[in-house]
Amino acid sequence: MGIAMRPIRIPVVIVFLLAAASSLLAQQQYTPVEAEIGRQLFTNNCVSCHGPEGDAVQGVDLGHGHFRVASSDSDLVRIMRNGIPATGMPANNLSQEQAKAIVAYLRSIAASAASNAIPAGDVSRGKAIFEGKGECLSCHRVAGVGSRLGPDLSGIGRLRRSVELQSALLEPPAEVRPNNRFIRAVTQNGTTITGRLLNQDTFTVQLLDSNERLVSFSKSDLREFSFVTNSPMPSYQDKLASQDVADLVSYLASLKAQVNP
Amino acid sequence: MIRRTLVLILIAAGSLQAQVSFDRIVRADQESQNWLTYSGTFFSQRHSQLTQITPTNVKDLEPQWIFQARTGEASNTKFEATALVVDGVLYTVQPPNDIVALDAATGRQFWIYSYTPSPLARPCCGRVNRGLAMLGDTLFMATIDAHLIAVDAKGGRPIWNIAVAKPEAGYALTLAPLVIKDKVIIGTAGGEYGIRGFLAAFEAKTGKEVWRFYTIPKPGEPANNTWDKDSWEHGGAPVWLTGSYDPDLNLTYWGIGNPGSDYNGDERGGDNLYSSSVVALDADTGKLKWYFQFTPHDEFDYDSVQIPVLADLDWQGSPRKVMLWANRNGFFYVLDRTTGKFLLGKPFVDVSWASGLDQNGRPIRVHGKVPSREGTLIYPGNQGGTNWYSPSYSPRTGLFYIPSWANYSTLYVKQDVDYVEGLRFGGGTGNGPKAGAVVAGGFNYRKEEEGFGAVRAIDPRTGDMKWQFKMSDVTDAGILTTASDLLFTGGREAYFFALDARNGNLLWKFTVGAPVVSGPMTYSINGKQYVAVAAGSSLFAFALRQ
Repeated sequence: MGIAMRPIRIPVVIVFLLAAASSLLAQQQYTPVEAEIGRQLFTNNCVSCHGPEGDAVQGVDLGHGHFRVASSDSDLVRIMRNGIPATGMPANNLSQEQAKAIVAYLRSIAASAASNAIPAGDVSRGKAIFEGKGECLSCHRVAGVGSRLGPDLSGIGRLRRSVELQSALLEPPAEVRPNNRFIRAVTQNGTTITGRLLNQDTFTVQLLDSNERLVSFSKSDLREFSFVTNSPMPSYQDKLASQDVADLVSYLASLKAQVNP
Repeated sequence: MIRRTLVLILIAAGSLQAQVSFDRIVRADQESQNWLTYSGTFFSQRHSQLTQITPTNVKDLEPQWIFQARTGEASNTKFEATALVVDGVLYTVQPPNDIVALDAATGRQFWIYSYTPSPLARPCCGRVNRGLAMLGDTLFMATIDAHLIAVDAKGGRPIWNIAVAKPEAGYALTLAPLVIKDKVIIGTAGGEYGIRGFLAAFEAKTGKEVWRFYTIPKPGEPANNTWDKDSWEHGGAPVWLTGSYDPDLNLTYWGIGNPGSDYNGDERGGDNLYSSSVVALDADTGKLKWYFQFTPHDEFDYDSVQIPVLADLDWQGSPRKVMLWANRNGFFYVLDRTTGKFLLGKPFVDVSWASGLDQNGRPIRVHGKVPSREGTLIYPGNQGGTNWYSPSYSPRTGLFYIPSWANYSTLYVKQDVDYVEGLRFGGGTGNGPKAGAVVAGGFNYRKEEEGFGAVRAIDPRTGDMKWQFKMSDVTDAGILTTASDLLFTGGREAYFFALDARNGNLLWKFTVGAPVVSGPMTYSINGKQYVAVAAGSSLFAFALRQ
């Protein structure tokens, strides 16, 4: 096999057309690693139409095993790859194994749905916490308001499941995406600069520094250049009550501005 | 007077654009102003005798022209071709399958031959083409819908067009053909679709098939017993990169790809010859003279689809005809190219699937380092310690230069798969937390511990690394060296750059705006040396500022 370049991002609208919903499909056994591969593929290929919970298309709830037509895992694989003519569900450039991995992920969501039940939250209270005592705007931005230093959260509800949002609040270092890492650079004259990594190559590095300036350095002009190992995001485990966290999660899940996944 | 001058000019122009005879290709190293075959010469060293550009003046390189390919909208279309240059005319392939003839000095177009491949074509890994071959006044292009086409190099019109195999079954031709004597040799891709790979030779004049060598023997043929039951029928073993040729031995050498299914070898017990091997064939008959298998029973997608680099070395006190091979499986090999005898092998990147090679060059396997349903982390990853990107050998420095993926691993996951014609036959995935390049939307967030690209210079006499040039991201770029001890290459970071071939020092770099996924080449017109490379959808030609 030749070189795999970056995955092709094709919106996947899994519209399973028969009316009778079924959650009792013929299921196969999958390994955790298949589900993890499937999670990445689902995020890159399916989320923009189906949403992070898999329930954005009316009558379909992929995360809870509710489909319109599929009666087996192999049906799901086939539909993902071939699409459904005359619907919003296109054929997709997925190998059979990749499609199987997505099924593995969907099954893992369904299996964990009960144990991951999150207390109901209040969106408006969550918004108040986000903008008030949570001080989230000091790093994050929503709808053009707030800092650019951390990830823009205007569309985070389209991309992340509620359990993932909760985890990010309580255990921020658990998963720092590669494009959200902070770096620390020291110039030859001793000036220290920290900021979010935007890009780098063998010779140069580009970042958004703590003053929200776009800065580019030649690495040969730096005395030091390193990633900040701890997440700059504080844990809210002991800072907010559990109901506050639930409200915050509800608010974040409601942020659904159209952005690229 | 004017008329006489015109006549003289016409005569001069006519003599400059002589036909490309086989003899010229054999002696391609003696006309370095041209680039007559994919790797420069039959020995495939991708090493030029041109010396106008030197380590001292290379800082004065600047673009002379840029050709922008019209590659359409397909996101899996990559510009991988190495151009040919013949007497001032540059021929290349605009992906997927358009031949373009340009003035090599200015980049202006003479003609384009557009070929639209069948929609049945399904190349696994991009709608790509790596270049052309030429004989006489005829160009030869292999296409992703498994056709071989001869085109008039002056008029840009097709001469013949033959269907070589079924594209709907996954057969595709992505390589530059190799012309030997009066024949055009190609091999077929499709290792991810359970094809039965082969090499075939065609009459250059007519397109008539002369011989065919199946890379998987059928029942009754030697080595068929290296495939369990009927697994040979869909065993893959594709050929998707141009081979080499030794005129003295009349042997042509080709690297053979992975067996199918890629990651699950349960149904194909045995060594699976001649997958993940090099074969040496009689160029006239296609008969197998010898083979060497780098990765028996490959379950890692370690195609041995690399350029066979031929060199004549002083080997332990005696002159020896050898073959240098940095394999996707992470080992660097030296073979005797007359007999296939294993002479030396050492890892050139981190390797965890084998602890070493035995005295015959067979890998000594590490227990448990196989794809599993839970996933097994293995070095190198499924894209290999290197891949199809051309290496280079410089007879001046005596060093072999490898575009490498260092410290790179993949989580190999095994899955069940049944063969269905035209569908992928992978048997698992080579993904995982450390797979491939962490390149998102052209931005690089890669951590060094996730692997990195490097040019590694190896002394073939010892297998030891003499120097390396590290990159932040991995690389798909080939390497060119010159007799002035320059090394040109690029990478996914959208630089094209020059190193000192003696020590790896960076001498010059230029931002080309997109990954370099091709091999550089060099040529000369009226005493002016050019270096050309494709990057993104463009072909760049550089020369010294004047």
